[in-house]
Order: sequence, then C-alpha cells, then structure tokens
Amino acid sequence: MYFQSMADFWHMGGYALFVWLSFGITYLLLVALTGYSHYQQKQFKRQLQSRLAREQRVKQYQEQTK
Amino acid sequence: MFKWLHPYAKPETVYQLCGRFYPWLIALGVVLLLVGNIWGLAFTPADYQQGDSYRIIHIHVPAAIMSMGTYSAMAIAAFIALVWQIKVAQWSVLAIAPVGAIYTAIALITGMAWGKPMWGTWWVWDARLTSELVLLFLYLGVIALSGAFSDRQTGAKAASLLAIVGVINLPIIHFSVEWWNTLHQGASLTKFAKPSIDPSMLWPLLISILAFKVIMLALVCLRLRTAILLNEQHRPWVKNLVEAQ
Repeated sequence: MYFQSMADFWHMGGYALFVWLSFGITYLLLVALTGYSHYQQKQFKRQLQSRLAREQRVKQYQEQTK
Repeated sequence: MFKWLHPYAKPETVYQLCGRFYPWLIALGVVLLLVGNIWGLAFTPADYQQGDSYRIIHIHVPAAIMSMGTYSAMAIAAFIALVWQIKVAQWSVLAIAPVGAIYTAIALITGMAWGKPMWGTWWVWDARLTSELVLLFLYLGVIALSGAFSDRQTGAKAASLLAIVGVINLPIIHFSVEWWNTLHQGASLTKFAKPSIDPSMLWPLLISILAFKVIMLALVCLRLRTAILLNEQHRPWVKNLVEAQ
C-alpha cells in the first residue's frame, strides 16, 4: 500500500472531502440506477401478471354466464 | 453478409440473451470496478503536483470516456432503428439513455469535486465543461422527447432523431481542450501518441474504464429486458413467460 496507515488513507493527503465525495456519489448513483432498473422490471412483471389474471377471470365469468 | 445477424433482432431471442448475459456482466463489472478503484486509491503513488486529489481520475476519466462511448452506442442504435426499422434497436435507445445520463452526471460531479481543490472553483463555463453539460442535456432530451408523445412509436422515433443529431457534440467535447483556451487539461489517453501517464497509474485506470464499460453493458441488458416486456406485452410468448413465473 502507498499510505503508511489506514488513517493516512482516509485522510487522502488533505483531500479527503473531495476524493470521498467523488467516490461516494459515483457508487451511490450506480447503485441507485441498478436498483431502480431492477425495481422497474419487477414492478412491470407484477402489473402484467395482475392484468393477465384479470383477463382470465373476465373470460371465465363470461363463459359461466353464457 | 449480415444474414446471420437477423435472428438476433427477434425480441424474444434478445430477451433471453440479455437475461443470460446480465448476471455475468454485472458481476464482472463490480469486480473490475473494485480492483481498479482500490488499486488506484491505495496502491498507486500520489501525483507530484496534485498530491492525492488526482485519485479522482480513477472514476472521472472512466465516467467521462464512457459517457461519450455510451452516447455513440445510443446513436448507432438510433440510426439502425430509423434506417432498418429494427424494433429492438429502437427500444435499446431508451434503455441506453439513462445509463449514459448517469455516467455524464458522474463525470460532471467528480470533475467539480476535482476542480475545487485544483482550480479553486467548482465550475467554470469553459468549453470542456459546457460541452459535457450539453451532453447531459442531450441525454435528458432523448428521455424527455420519447415520453412527450401519446404514441410510444412516434416518441421513440423523435428521440432517435435527436440522438443522431446530438452526435455533433462528441467531437466538440473531445477537441474542446485543443480548440479553446480552457482550465481543463488536455488528453492523456485518447490520443495517437503514447499515453502521458505513468504505467503505475495507467493500469488501474484502464481497468476502471473497462469496468464502466462492462457495467454499462450489464445495465443496458437489464433495462432492455424491461423495455422488451413493455413493448411485447400483448404477445403470447410474454404471456407464457409471465404466467410461468
């Protein structure tokens, strides 16, 4: 390792705020986009499932009342 | 010559392929990013002028390069969609845009956090920074335009057209540091001469660039799958797929 100690590493030669701000925001944005994309997919699949189930129920009902 | 490609334009095939690639791509991307960043943060020497603040390069440059690379990919997809009317290409434009927008935002924010200690200011309206900001607006424009029509097809076409016109901004970003006086330093990597960066700092940087690329591909796979489901929701194969789950 280039730094003498862990404390040195976190201190980043006095630039801790800027370095950790950059890396923090980067990871945050990447994780947020990945999480949101997963959520969108799951949400849409759920919507589709309930719509298909409803169509199925309507069909059944129509056949019963024929 | 390109006949073998045609089966790959079938939405169902692309859906399955993306599903198969996604876990591998995202795992590879995360590993590469961790290796590149930890190496760059802890195991490279400090810069002789900028000290440890230069370590921001290990996300700033990958994000900036891939913000432009992602735009090229989006524009190529848009071109294919408009010229050959390939549906999957059309949907992938909208799958790619948010990823590129996030990369551009990362490049801008990390650039600001690097500029403050080195230039003494978070922001200047110079050519490099402004043209990169325009890139962000182009991405946002593509996303907004696609949603601005009640007909999804029309919106996607308008968005593709904007994506193609916006390509003009890419050479402007790249050459902005040569054409105009700017606070931003010139190119260290993307030039024909030997990279003007020491090998000890170059390797972790190249790994991080690859990581951003692989993560972009992974996220596009994930988002394209959702887009395919959305657009093909009335087809039997989607019904079978969703009901089986």
